[in-house]
Amino acid sequence: MLFYAIQRIGLSILILITSMVMLFTALKLIPGDPATIMLGSRANAEMKARITEQLGLNDPVIVQLGTFFGRLLQGNLGTDLWSQRPVSQIVMENLPYTLTLIAAGLGWAMLIGIPLGCYSAVRRNSFVDRLTGIISVATISIPSFVVAIYAVLLFSIQLGWLPVLGAGDKGDWKDQAIHLLMPAFALGLGWVGYLSRIVRASMLEVMGENHIRTARAFGLTEFQIIKSYALRIAILPTITLLAVAVGGLLSSAVFVEAIFARPGIGKLIVDAASMRNFPVVQGGVLTTVFLFALTMPLADLLVACLDPRVRATL
Amino acid sequence: MTGRVLEIEDFSLIFETGGAPVRALRNVTLSVPQREIVGIVGESGSGKSTLALAVIGLLAANARILSGQVIFDGRDLLTLDEDAMRSIRGKRIAMVFQDPMTSLNPVRTVGQQMLDIQHHDRESGTEVKRRKAAEALARVGIPDAAQQLDNYIFQFSGGMRQRIAIAMGMMQKPEVLVADEVTTALDVTLESQILYLLRELRDEIGCSILFISHNLGAVAEICDRVVVLYAGELVEQGLIADIFANPRHPYTRALIACDPARIPEATRELPVIAGDVPNLAAIPKGCIFATRCSWARDICAVEAPPMVETEPGHFARCHFAKAGPQQ
Amino acid sequence: MTLVSVPRSEAKKLAPGMGPALLRRIRHDPMGAIGLALVLLVVFCGVFAPWITPFDPLKINVPNKFQPPSLVHWMGTDNLGRDVFSRIIAGSRIALTVGVTTIATALGIGLVLGLIAGYGPRWLDNSLMLIFDSIYSFPTVVLGLTVITLLGASISTLTLVVIVIQTPAYARLTRTATLTLKNSEYVQAIESLGASKIRIIFVHLLPNVIGPLLIVASMDIPSVVALEAGLTYLGMGIPPPAPSWGRILQEGFGLIRTAPWIVIAGGIPLIITTLGFTFLGESLRDNLDPKLRRVI
Repeated sequence: MLFYAIQRIGLSILILITSMVMLFTALKLIPGDPATIMLGSRANAEMKARITEQLGLNDPVIVQLGTFFGRLLQGNLGTDLWSQRPVSQIVMENLPYTLTLIAAGLGWAMLIGIPLGCYSAVRRNSFVDRLTGIISVATISIPSFVVAIYAVLLFSIQLGWLPVLGAGDKGDWKDQAIHLLMPAFALGLGWVGYLSRIVRASMLEVMGENHIRTARAFGLTEFQIIKSYALRIAILPTITLLAVAVGGLLSSAVFVEAIFARPGIGKLIVDAASMRNFPVVQGGVLTTVFLFALTMPLADLLVACLDPRVRATL
Repeated sequence: MTGRVLEIEDFSLIFETGGAPVRALRNVTLSVPQREIVGIVGESGSGKSTLALAVIGLLAANARILSGQVIFDGRDLLTLDEDAMRSIRGKRIAMVFQDPMTSLNPVRTVGQQMLDIQHHDRESGTEVKRRKAAEALARVGIPDAAQQLDNYIFQFSGGMRQRIAIAMGMMQKPEVLVADEVTTALDVTLESQILYLLRELRDEIGCSILFISHNLGAVAEICDRVVVLYAGELVEQGLIADIFANPRHPYTRALIACDPARIPEATRELPVIAGDVPNLAAIPKGCIFATRCSWARDICAVEAPPMVETEPGHFARCHFAKAGPQQ
Repeated sequence: MTLVSVPRSEAKKLAPGMGPALLRRIRHDPMGAIGLALVLLVVFCGVFAPWITPFDPLKINVPNKFQPPSLVHWMGTDNLGRDVFSRIIAGSRIALTVGVTTIATALGIGLVLGLIAGYGPRWLDNSLMLIFDSIYSFPTVVLGLTVITLLGASISTLTLVVIVIQTPAYARLTRTATLTLKNSEYVQAIESLGASKIRIIFVHLLPNVIGPLLIVASMDIPSVVALEAGLTYLGMGIPPPAPSWGRILQEGFGLIRTAPWIVIAGGIPLIITTLGFTFLGESLRDNLDPKLRRVI
């Protein structure tokens, strides 16, 4: 098991390195001179030379790759072409917003989705179960940016309840929370359905296991059985599936941040992409890839914490 | 003889399958006297486990009770509501299942589960309950019981697991313990240890035990009386000595003949009962065992045999229970 | 010469369960029926768009701008006086064209790569898998934005993005099927009799893989359509004036206070498309025979 864990971590690192190399070579593969592409045709020779120098484009490719990884290990993501600020600094400014958004979106989805899934499993084929089933499929399939836009239309334009743009004033917790409401709603809506479905399936399986019957034979209440006996087991596969789906969450966050003009890694990448500011795009992308790559081992760790059987094999 | 703790009267049950209902138990009547161990024997599919679950009110969702009563403490358990039933489960009628590895929760410690099942006791605090749990574990022979409370069921050996399950069942001193195939997964040495433990606890607590098993050897070792089920019907019952010394139903005879422990070593062939258990969705007329019975005569295919008392307290459901096979 | 007959039915073992019987079952499942109806609606609009739009979707008529929905303009007009309903219909053609062509291409490439990975040498298999895993390690939109930054926004970039994102899934599916088949006794038997790899692939493998692949691919259409609309919304997909749904949403969002009907109209076809394909996919999954379900 320990060997298996090491093997998995090794593979994750290998995949991470490969994606970095791919990202790096992508820049080399594009036709034409990168400096010109980034600066556009208006750039003069002097600017081009400066950019070329700054990106180290004059060195042999292999040296460039080495420099790239060397800097990466030091947490150096390069320099923003326009503001001349370190990309890592820009990323760090934006990262908390994205993490807050994801936590809030996933948080409310879990708060609603998990009990809903439990209820659907316990009251199988009831009206609520069937309704949840259909609504889940619907909400899972509707793109989050459509949800976001409709939410703006309803809550901000029609009802005037919530502000549309930005993340709220710095330091003003209440204002930030209000600004978080709609983006978190849009991001989490599909996840309510997704979570309730996987929790339902998982709960149905666990509720059929022998130990549940034993708990009933000892006169435990159904509520206690669900809470302490079944859900603790049913949640384990849910955690793993969630980790796999975090990539989709990061994708949705890009749209949601762009629509609500909310600072964050997604908006950072979009803005930089539209200006073809490659170092910033690269820094943002590396961060999301790293975040995504981190979720799987984190999920495994969480499962190990919750499942004594896994813990015992470590 | 002292009073009867549990009486099952004319109990019939079907499983709804979408097609023809499966008539899993038909007109079963039996009683469990105080402080006695009653064995229920039968092949898999004979309905013995279903009977156990019916006693505790945990039948599958597609089970329908057609007739009968389960009398415990003057009340019919089948008519009790969920809350009343819950106050009996675990406290007054406890159950121990086969294979504790799957029948106990894998992610809660043994101690947590032993505390959970003391929910009937609203006065005592956690400390008291925990001490009680440790005592119960110590009683069944778990060393370092207090420390072991914090372990999970998979961390114990097979024999220890079954001891823990029995400790859970016996901890609250129930009046009836239903033991469903509790020794099936164990080797012979462990099995006899567990059987000995069960009998000891019975003497100590003074409870009755409904001992469900397909293992005749275990039944013979522990039970005071035995009930033989075949294809959902009770075919023979009586005191253990009577049944084993003088079985009156051909099925019981065949069962005893097939018991590996009783086969003389010289014959290397294992005897089997020829034929298959009848389809419970389409019960044939006449005797349920007729198609596999070496005693069968014309009457067996036509007329269902009555329950015959062959000697005081010994009943068999066979046309020839008294007369024996007809040549 | 030995005669070992390999049952032809082996090759077609996935065939039952698809075809007319499946269609009938889906039509009788409420979710499947709704899904099928919505998908047919979108496909109909996409195919016949040039003939059924009431107005020219690109025709600018500034005096007629910001007309709210009416009997003439069902979904109103936009800031340039273009009929929004016509633009929505025309948009379905763009969405389907992008969706179907990219997925078909990805399917083709994925099939070939999957065969190579499954039948090729071990090192090639491992490297391909590593590359696919690395592609998976990018969230889709982020990967798309990276490629668009490098190549610039255009239809061909968008197509490339979708192909890069979708190919690994199909390649993996093909690879798994190939490995299963390669190790099956009957393929080992005919291989020992001298059947060529080409023959094994075309006669025994492809008929088995194509069915599940097509179903998986058709269930991917809504996510590709949504990706196209999303990237176009961000201004990185299909350039104007083409009436992509994402473009309509983007323009409508800017006018959300003056002409909210544009943004409402822009979201509806996306909801219909994703809902239709997802409902149909769910129903397909529920009604397929278990063997096929396992493959998917």
